[in-house]
Amino acid sequence: MSYPSNIRILRVPCTGKVDILYILHAFEKGADGVYVVGCMEGDCHFTNGNFRARKRVEEAQRILDTIGIGGQRIQMFNLSSAEGPRFAQIAREMTERIRELGPNPIRKHHPRAASFQLCPPKAD
Amino acid sequence: MIVADKKPIQEIIETIQNHTRILIMGCNECVTVCEAGGKKEVGILASALRMYFLNQNKDVSIDEITLERQCDHEYLEEIRDRVDQYDAIVSLACGVGVQFTAEKYHSIPVYPGVNTCFLGATEERGLWTERCQACGRCILAQTAGICPISRCAKRLLNGPCGGSSGGKCEIDKDIDCGWQLIIDRLKALGRMDAYEKLCPIKDWSTDRAGGPRKVTREDLKQ
Repeated sequence: MSYPSNIRILRVPCTGKVDILYILHAFEKGADGVYVVGCMEGDCHFTNGNFRARKRVEEAQRILDTIGIGGQRIQMFNLSSAEGPRFAQIAREMTERIRELGPNPIRKHHPRAASFQLCPPKAD
Repeated sequence: MIVADKKPIQEIIETIQNHTRILIMGCNECVTVCEAGGKKEVGILASALRMYFLNQNKDVSIDEITLERQCDHEYLEEIRDRVDQYDAIVSLACGVGVQFTAEKYHSIPVYPGVNTCFLGATEERGLWTERCQACGRCILAQTAGICPISRCAKRLLNGPCGGSSGGKCEIDKDIDCGWQLIIDRLKALGRMDAYEKLCPIKDWSTDRAGGPRKVTREDLKQ
């Protein structure tokens, strides 16, 4: 079974490991869309990791809507790791949605990745 | 601890509209615990603002730092050598930290990033409730550890009032009557004799009503 090749998969042991900053930084560096794929609700091996991820995804949606990037670019899906065809279907669905939304609006002014510096701590 | 809540991003954007080199400064104490202004929230706000300005095609640099506290000179001094690089600071500390930072670095505008709400405790993650109003003359010994100044809507010292009904305050059915809580606790402790003693008129001069306050400790001054 195949799915679009424009998707970059980042594996985590549980979607509970997905920090909201991973999502925001991805968009900051020019990602057009991000989706989080977690286990079915109730089936999380760590009990509630996927619930935490959902809350963070919803918060990211609100932030992206406020700043004009668009909350539809981030979504969470729940499926079992045995559901290969559904995984491919989700990949196609997200790809199609992002194509319709167009590229990340940041990239029309800044084609390359954005960069920032943390204010360095004083050396002791 | 001091409980604060995040300001809406839109409000912060409006305050920093005309600046181009911004430092988002967090605090590692109370605002970290109530997840409003710690290192994580600094990162989230900074990332959101960077994307906002990139989308507007404005060249704005946003740096991040989180100090241990913003209410002590020593910690604020840590940014002394680089504060000139910025034309605005957004401080996610409580109102104390924002003001202390502004006093120390008076040539740079310091904007608040959170709303400071009250002195309270974490009942559970995501729920903070008020417990203390810093009246300056604590009577918790007489009221079994429950404060009538902060938990009674009328701040009664010899409650309850006639509006106490079913253990709830007349102003809101979800607010417990502070005095009902006190009486229940005194009964459980077998100390209803403390309830019989009338609490005298409170000296409010130590409360905010007496003007901005200070504490001096001659034994500690250098």
